[in-house]
Amino acid sequence: MSKDIFVIVEQRGGAVQKVSYELIGEAAKLSADLGEQVVAVLLGHEIAHKAETLVQYGADKVLVVDHPVLADYTTEPYVKAVEYIIRTYDPNIVLFGASSIGRDMAPRIAGRVHTGLTADCTRLDVDVKKYQDYLRTSTSLSLQPERIDALDTSDRYLKMTRPAFGGNVMATIVCRKYTPQMATVRPGVMEMPQKDESRRGEIVMVDAGLSMEDQNVTILQVVPSDKKAVDITKAKVLVSGGRGVGGAEGYEPLRQLAALLGGEVSSSRIGVDNGWIEKSRQVGQTGKTVHPDLYIACGISGAIQHLAGMEGSEFILAINKDASCPMMKIADLGIVGDLKVILPKLIAAIKAYKLSQTV
Amino acid sequence: MDFKLDKTHLLMQEMFRRFAETEIKPLAKEMDEKEAYDPALLAQLQRYGFFGIPYSRQYGGAGSDTLAYTLCMEEVSKVDASTGITISVHTSLCCSCIDRFGTEEQKQRFLRPLIDGSKLGSYGLTEPGAGSDVQGAQTTAVKDGDEWVINGSKIFTTNSGFADLCVVFALTDRTVPAAKGMTAFLVDLKGTPGVTVSENIERMGIRAASNCIVSYDNVRVGADRVLGQVGKGFRIAMAALDCGRIGIAAQAVGIAQGALDEAIKYAKERKQFGKSIVSFQNSQFKIAEMQTKIDAARLMTWRAAIAEDNHEAFGPYAAMAKLLASDVAVEVTRFAVQLMGGYGFCREYPVERMYRDAKITEIYEGTSEVMKMVISGSMKLK
Amino acid sequence: MKIVVCIKQVPDTAEVKLDPKTNTLIREGVPSIINHDDKAGLETALQLREQVGGTVTVVCMGPPQADVALREALAMGADEAYLLSAREFGGSDTYATATILAAALRKIGFDLVITGRQAIDGDTAQVGPQIAEQLHIPQVSYAEALRAEGDHVIVQRQFEDRSHLLQVQLPCLVTALSELNQARYMSVGGIVDAYAKDVTVWGFEDLKNDLNPAFIGLNGSPTNVFQSFGKQLRAPGVVLSGLSADEAVDAIMQTLIQRHII
Repeated sequence: MSKDIFVIVEQRGGAVQKVSYELIGEAAKLSADLGEQVVAVLLGHEIAHKAETLVQYGADKVLVVDHPVLADYTTEPYVKAVEYIIRTYDPNIVLFGASSIGRDMAPRIAGRVHTGLTADCTRLDVDVKKYQDYLRTSTSLSLQPERIDALDTSDRYLKMTRPAFGGNVMATIVCRKYTPQMATVRPGVMEMPQKDESRRGEIVMVDAGLSMEDQNVTILQVVPSDKKAVDITKAKVLVSGGRGVGGAEGYEPLRQLAALLGGEVSSSRIGVDNGWIEKSRQVGQTGKTVHPDLYIACGISGAIQHLAGMEGSEFILAINKDASCPMMKIADLGIVGDLKVILPKLIAAIKAYKLSQTV
Repeated sequence: MDFKLDKTHLLMQEMFRRFAETEIKPLAKEMDEKEAYDPALLAQLQRYGFFGIPYSRQYGGAGSDTLAYTLCMEEVSKVDASTGITISVHTSLCCSCIDRFGTEEQKQRFLRPLIDGSKLGSYGLTEPGAGSDVQGAQTTAVKDGDEWVINGSKIFTTNSGFADLCVVFALTDRTVPAAKGMTAFLVDLKGTPGVTVSENIERMGIRAASNCIVSYDNVRVGADRVLGQVGKGFRIAMAALDCGRIGIAAQAVGIAQGALDEAIKYAKERKQFGKSIVSFQNSQFKIAEMQTKIDAARLMTWRAAIAEDNHEAFGPYAAMAKLLASDVAVEVTRFAVQLMGGYGFCREYPVERMYRDAKITEIYEGTSEVMKMVISGSMKLK
Repeated sequence: MKIVVCIKQVPDTAEVKLDPKTNTLIREGVPSIINHDDKAGLETALQLREQVGGTVTVVCMGPPQADVALREALAMGADEAYLLSAREFGGSDTYATATILAAALRKIGFDLVITGRQAIDGDTAQVGPQIAEQLHIPQVSYAEALRAEGDHVIVQRQFEDRSHLLQVQLPCLVTALSELNQARYMSVGGIVDAYAKDVTVWGFEDLKNDLNPAFIGLNGSPTNVFQSFGKQLRAPGVVLSGLSADEAVDAIMQTLIQRHII
C-alpha cells in the first residue's frame, strides 16, 4: 500500500528554497485529510544539518541523501536518488517545486518509475468536499452546480489543479492507475507554514547507491546572473511597468515609488524583451507568479500571459491611458491617466504624508 | 473554378502577413516621415525572397507565380505602400523585361542577381516631357563603334536611389515613331560614368520609396546591354507595364484593406453618444460597401494574375484590375479617415498616410485614363 | 550531425477562450502556430547545421492538420519531416506522447534531439525530459545557448539565479528556451520547396514493433483530466477616468492609507 506524502526539497548552494517549505505546509494539510505522514527528502552534499528546520516547518520525517555528486544540480544523480527513494519507500504522493530544477527532474523520474506527473499545480485536493467548495466559489463551474454535486465524495485520489492554455483554462488532473501520484507545484502559491522550533521528527541518512560516475554531464562553469538576484515573488508591494513606461529610464519613477512603499519593481514581458529591465523582474506566464498585497500596474495593457502571473494579487491598482484595456477590467482600482504625470505627483504626495506622520 | 487559395499560397500569405506585421509595420510611419527606406529592412526582404517571387528557380527566384506575388503585394501594402512599390517596380517592371526578352547570357548575368536577392532593379521610361505620351520621349542612344551612348533624363524612376540596375528606354532611331524606334538598355546605375541620380523627389505619398530623376550624360554601354532587339524596345516597355499593373492593383487592394481594417478596429473601441461607432447601422452599411468593393478589386487582381500565369493575353485584365482597385483605394482611404474623424487626420494613426499613398495608384504605370484606353482598345468598339 | 527537432502545433493561446456555459475550449477561428520554444529549437538546429554540417529532421505528433506546421519547418530550411498521426495516439498525456515520439526517434536515428522546453497549451514542460528518459540519453533543459564541438555539445543551462555551462556527449537531448534566438521566417522559395517535398506520415502500424499499445493513447496515459473549467472573474473594480492628475493622486493615496500600505 503506497503511503505518505513525500516532498522533494530543493536546495541551491546549500540554501533550502522557500517553495520546499510551502510544499511541506501543503503536504501537512493533505496528510491530515489522508491520515498519513509528511516525509521531506533532502538531497545535496554536506546538507544534513538543514534537516531539522524541515521538521520545524512540518515534516514528520526527513530522508537525507548526502553525496558529493549532489553538490551541484545535474539531472541524472538527482533522478537516481529520488528513484531509489521511491522504490524503497513506496510513497503515495511525491511533490516537487515547479522550479527549473523540479521541472527538469520530475518528468524524468516519472518516466523512470512509470507513473503520472502533473505540472505546475496551483491547488491540490484529496478531500472532495473542499474541492467542491473551491469549484463553487472560485471557478466557472459555479454555473454548472449539477456537475459539482455529482462528484464522488469518497474519492481519495490526489486532485491536482493547474493552469493550461496560458492560464485561460484550469484543469484538474488525476493519476489513478500508478503510484506514486506526482506533481510539481508552482512556487509562491501555497501558504507558507508556521515554524515551530519545538517540533521533533525522525531524520534518516539514506545511501542511494550514488557514485561520481552517475553524473553524465560536465559542469564547465557556473555563470552567476550578473544582476543581483531580486526575488519579486517575496515582495509585498510591486510597482510594475509595461509598454507605457517607454524605456529603461522610464522605470526610474517606478523605482522611487517602490522604495517608498517598501516594495520592488517588476515588469511585463515587453520591458524584458526590449532590454529595459532584467528578466528576473518579469511577471507573467513565462516569468514569475506573484501575489503581493498590492500590485501597481503602470502602463500595462494586460495580455493574458501577464495576467496569469499577477491576478492573484490582493489588490490591483492600474494606471493606464486606455480605459478599456484588460488590466483595467481586472483592476480593483483603475486610474485612467498618464503615468508620467501621475507618478511624480504620487511620489511627492507620499513623501509629504510620511513626513506629516512622523512625530 | 476554385476561388480558394491552395495550401502553398495560403502558407505564403501567412508568411507575408506575419513579416509585414512584425517587421514592416513598426517602421512605416518613420520611413514615411524621413522619406527614406530602411536599409536593414530592405536587406531582410531580399534575404527572404520577396524580390524574386514569380521567377524560376533556374535563375535563383522563388519559383512561384504571379498570384503569390499579388498576395505579397497586398500583405505588405496593407501596412506600407512604399514597400509595395519598391517590390513591384523591381519585380514587374525591371525583372520581367529581362526574363521575357533577355538572352540566356543576360539572364544569368543580370536577372539572377536581381531575383536571388543580391541586387535591386528599376525601370526608366517616364521622362519630364513624356508621361502618358510615352512616345514623346527624348532620351536618345547613338551607336559609337561597339558601344551605345545614352543621353537624356528620366523622371520618377522608382528605386533609383539605391538600385543597381535600370532598364532604360531610349530612342535609337529618330526617323520613325517611337513605337518603332525605341530600344531597351540594361544600365548599371552605380559606378557608370555619366549617370546622376537626384535626391528623392518630394511627393504626397509613398514617401519612403525611392523615386528620383536620373540623368544620363554621354553614358556608354556595350552592345551586350541591348535588351531584345534594337528598335523593339517599345513593345518591351508595354509588356512590362502589363505585368506592373497587376502589382499596382494588388498594392491598391492592400492599401484599401489595410485602411479599412484600421478604421474598423478604431470604430469598435471609440464610443460616441453612448455607443461604439461601429454599432451605428450607418457605419455598418458603409463598411459593408467598402469591403464589397475591396473584394471585387481583389478578385479582379487574382484573375489577371492567373491569366498571366496561364500565358493568356492578360493586358486588358490587368488594366481593369488596376482601374478598379485604384479607384477603390482612394474611396476606401477617404472613408477610413472620415470614420476615424479627427483622429483619422492625425499622424499618430496610419490612415492619413494610407489616404496620401492611395492617390498615386490612379496615376503611375498608366493613369486611369490610359487604363480606359487599353480596355476600350481591347473591345473592338470602332 | 543528424539533428532531430520535435515540434508541436499549438493554438495561439493569446486567442483561446473558454465557453463559460459548457466549460469547453472554443477552438474555432483560433490560429495555429508552431510552439515558440520549439521554433527556437528548430532555428538552433538550422544554425548548427550551418556550422557543422549534417541534416535537420522535424517530427511532429498531431492530427492531420499539423501538416502545415511541418511545411513551415521545411520552409524555414529543415531537410525532412515526419508526422505521427493515428487514432491510437489520441488522448495521450505527456508520458504516452513521449513514448510515441521516442519510438519514432529510434526509428529515424539521431545524434542530437532538440525539443522546446514547454508548449503554450499544455504548459507542462514534461515531454522533452520524458523522451530523453525513454531513449536513455542525457538531457539538458532550459538551454539559453547551444553550440556543437565534435562529438559533444556545449549548453548554457538556465537556472533562476545562475547558469551552468555544461558539456554533454552526443547522443543527448536538449530542451530549448525561446530566448535561445530569434527564429528566421520562412522564405518564399522555401515554401515552394516545402510543398514539393513529401511529409512522411507514420501511424500506429509504422511504429508498432516498438510501441506497447497499453502505454499510448487515452487508456495508456498515467494521468487523465478530471475536470476542466475557467477561473471566476474577479469582482468588478472601479475605473476612474476624466480625473486631473491631482485628483488621481488623491484617489490613490486614499487606497494606500486604507490598505495600510503607508
